[in-house]
This record gives sequence, structure tokens and C-alpha cells, in this order.
Amino acid sequence: MTAALQVEGLNRTFGALPVTRDVNLTLDRGARRALIGPNGAGKTTLVNLITGALKPHSGRVVLNGEDITLLSQANRARRGLARTFQINQLFRGLTVLENLCMTIGERDGHCNNLWRSAGAKREVIDEALGHLDSLRLTDDALKLVRELPYGRQRLVEIAISLAQKPRVLLLDEPAAGVPSSESHLILDVVAALDPDIAVLIIEHDMDVVFRFAREITVLVQGAVFTQGTPEAIMNNEQVRAVYLGEDSHRGARRGGHHG
Amino acid sequence: MAASDTIRTAGASTRERAADYLLRRHRFRLAEALPWLIAIAIFFIFPTRMTFGSQVLVMIMFALSLDLILGYAGIVTLGHAAFFGIGAYTVGLAAARLQWTEPISGLFAAASTAGLVGFITGWFLLRYRGLTLLMLTLATAILLQETGNLRSDISGGYDGLPGLAFKPLLGLFDYDLYGHTYYLYALAALAIVFYLVRRIVYSPFGQALTGIRENVRRMHAIGSPVHWRLVTVYTIAAAIAGVAGALFTQTNAYVTLTVFDFDNSAKVMVMLILGGTGRLYGAFIGATVYMVLEDYFSKLSPTFWQFGIGLMLVVAVLFAPRGILGVFENIDKYFGERKRT
Repeated sequence: MTAALQVEGLNRTFGALPVTRDVNLTLDRGARRALIGPNGAGKTTLVNLITGALKPHSGRVVLNGEDITLLSQANRARRGLARTFQINQLFRGLTVLENLCMTIGERDGHCNNLWRSAGAKREVIDEALGHLDSLRLTDDALKLVRELPYGRQRLVEIAISLAQKPRVLLLDEPAAGVPSSESHLILDVVAALDPDIAVLIIEHDMDVVFRFAREITVLVQGAVFTQGTPEAIMNNEQVRAVYLGEDSHRGARRGGHHG
Repeated sequence: MAASDTIRTAGASTRERAADYLLRRHRFRLAEALPWLIAIAIFFIFPTRMTFGSQVLVMIMFALSLDLILGYAGIVTLGHAAFFGIGAYTVGLAAARLQWTEPISGLFAAASTAGLVGFITGWFLLRYRGLTLLMLTLATAILLQETGNLRSDISGGYDGLPGLAFKPLLGLFDYDLYGHTYYLYALAALAIVFYLVRRIVYSPFGQALTGIRENVRRMHAIGSPVHWRLVTVYTIAAAIAGVAGALFTQTNAYVTLTVFDFDNSAKVMVMLILGGTGRLYGAFIGATVYMVLEDYFSKLSPTFWQFGIGLMLVVAVLFAPRGILGVFENIDKYFGERKRT
């Protein structure tokens, strides 16, 4: 079976600083992989390289068997590669509903039309409302994004990526900046994602990682340090030293919690 | 927007309201007839000011074309006069050198040449944003102006192409001294252009432009061909500016290289910002207010009239940062909220 996403030997430097070093990563169809690592490990850079926001200096990115290394960001997105941003990137001056309709319009090519009115396609609006329904955002449909609390905006961020109907979804710290009282809403959504979508999630909260991921990749200083099942990563002494190390006391105290 | 509306926002009716909002948004509202009624009223009230009236209509069209790229797509340009100038010179040169003096086909020719130049320059320039783009668009207008200056044997240089005569409109209506025909001609052209622009703004394409203005990173991430969209709208705006320029030449019966001036690019931007960007009617209000005040001040004091314009701009920036339409919206919102509480 072809992997949904395959990253081969990816390298990128910023000036003299190597930020991505020979990264190999595979997401099978329906994968649930977490990407963890200390701050500055190059996690977001890796997402930017995969989505095409940054160009790698060497290496390949293969989406569903097709080499997309030379494709633009937009062309990758149209082939089913979606992402969320660590910091919200939304159309703040538009309503939540318009944010979704825009996404669907670009996905299906409606936005090439200069003549028809944007509201004329009832099915687009219905689909947009459907996405909002499933994230319980319907009541906010006509509110401007910038008027929503940050946690709700995070949900819009996810709603947009789902409206792209992705086959591969990269979630860059979906619950970042959200008060813990609300983060469970977002994590429930993440847990309930379509099992066919291959998901890569960057997350700092180890509770979330262990609840969500079936595989974990540990990134340290731009290189893949190790990868494996959550249990293997948990029990890996080196990982505990370099990454979980800073938390090891807390980790020990909460050991029972993790099982 | 009474309390009953708030209660109805629960459940399935929210869906209906939301869908309704998008389904109805693009429909013509009664208030939108107002500027056109005023324009027709002016025709009857100020029969001796029709030449000035035509110039206002031309500037409205010019500002409207800028609104499409600045107000909707967020492209900041200081060289929009380039396209106005190309349109102006297309009909000017056609009339002076080729004896092509039919006015309506002249407008189409102007739209084509200006659109073509817009497409070519846009293709190169729209990879850049911000200050770089500002400088490059400015440079484009200057380059065109200097090209005209270089070949003053063709363009007439800064002396221009004077005394152009155009054929009667549709072969029927000749031009009278007070410019009544021109006024109605410009008004009809503006109405058609406005209809086109309005369609575009409310189309899915127009929505995508707004998306590019609001967050270009997100547009890339959802698969939008951003560069292509920008080039498309830039071409359309250039074509419309070209039509405005052509009307300018036709109504004045002369054209000089000053149409390419930086002044002209800056003035149209000031008009648009004064009226309000991204609102379609901002171009109408801004261009009218600016032109009328300019006319008034220059009669009041032929030497110091720019002081009055400057003062008006300071007041506008201080008290109406979102333009005159922005002030109206604030008033509307204020009373809307008072009514609700």
C-alpha cells in the first residue's frame, strides 16, 4: 500500500543553522502520529516544508505516491494536504460561515467564477453549515471571526482544515493558547477525526499525545531522534533524558496517570 | 434586529438565518438607487456644470477601479495612473494619428490596451507586496510617462494632443458646448462598469480576493492560486482605469502626459480612502467630495486652494479613519444598538 505521506531525506538550513536534518517520516493511510520534541527542534519548520510554505534544500515529499516536492503550497493543498497553524491564520474580518464557504469554494474551484453571486450555491452553504454543526460552531456562523474568543477561533481553524476534505492533515499544536477548561473541546474533535485521514499532530501536552497517537516521532535539533509506539517512546531512556527529562519528576509523579 | 431575533437564533433557525444572509447579501438594496438618482437630478439642476460633472463621473470610475484592487484584494499601488494614462492615450492617439474617432469603440480599445499592460506588469509585479510593490508600481507609471516623453513626436509630449474631435455618439448625438451629451455618456459608462464591478465583488472570485486581503497565508494553505487571482483582478482594474482615462480624453478633447503623473495616482487613492475602501460606494462619495471641494477651494483662492484640501485630509484622517462611509456605518451601528437596548 502506498503511504499517504512520505518524507525522504529532508534537509533545510537557515543561514548556517541546520533546522531540518535528513528527516524521514511516513504516514500510512489513517495514521495517528505525534511529532514531539523540545522547543526549537524544528517541528513547525518540518510542517512548513511538508506543506510547501518553505522549500527544502534537499529531499523529497511524496503525497499518495506522487512526488510533490516541486509543487506550490496551493497545489499541494488541492491534492489533499491540509494543515492548521500554531497561531490562528483566519479571515478575521469575515464571518465564520464565510471562512468555511471560502475554503469550500477554493477546494471545488467555484472561486474561479467572477459572475455568479457567492451565495447562489446552496450546497456550499449547507456543507459549510454541516462542518460548523459537527464542531458545534453553528451559533457563531454569522459572527465575525475576530469577535470570537480564542478557543472558538481554534475550532474554526480546525473546521477550515476539515472543509478541505484532506487525506493528510497536519495539526500544529491545535490546543495551543486555549485555556485548559476549553482545550478538551478541541481534543475531542481531534480524537473523533475521520479514521481514513492520516494525521500528524504536533503537541506538547504528553497526556494528549498518549491519548491520541499510535506512533510517535521525536525530533531533536532538526533530526529524527527516534520513532515508535507510545509505549516504546515512554520507556526509552534517552528520550526521557533529552525530552521528557525536563519533566521527569512530574512524569514520575503522574506515572500512574499515564498507565 | 429586535429581541425576538436573538431568541430565534437557537437551533435550526440559525442555519436558515445564516444561509439567508449569504443568499441575500448580493441583492440590490433600495438605497443603492440613491447615487444614480442624484446623478440624474444633477443633470437637471446644474445644466451649466456638466463638464465638471463628467469629470467627477470619470474620477468615480477611476476610484472604483482602484477599490477593486486596493479595497478588496489589498494590493497597494501608487501607479494606478499608468492605466488611466494608457486609456487616455489610446483614444487620444487613435483620434490624432489614426483618425479613429468613434467614441464607444474607443472605450473598448482603451480597456484592451490598459488591460493588456495591467496583465503583463501585474504578472511580474504582484509577486511582491508592501513597499516593494509600492515602488515598482510607481516606477511603472514613471517609465510609461518617460516613454511618452521620449517619443514626443508621437505622443505630443507635455504639450499633449490638443483639439481632438470625436464622432457623434452612436452617430446621433453630437457634443454641445455645455457637455450634456458627455455627462450622460459618462454616466451610462459608469453604470455599466459599476454593474460589472459589483458582480465581481459579490462573486466567489470576489470573496477569494477578500480572503487574500484578510490572510494570504491561509489562502495558500487552502489551495488558492493567489498570484493568478491577483493578476486577474489587476488586469480588470487596469482595464476599467483605462476606460476612465479614455472618457477623460473624450470629455476634455485633449490629453497631455500629466495623466501619468504621480499626482494622479495619489489623488485617486486619497479619494478612495476619503470615501471608504472596500465598499463600492466609497469611490462615489470620495471622488465627489474631493472634486467638489477642490473646485470650491480653487475658486475661493486660486493660489492657496491646496491648503483647503490638506486641511480636509487631516480632518478626515483624525475623525473618519475608515472614510466617510465608515462614519455613516458608525452612526448606523450606534442607533441600531440604542434601538436594541
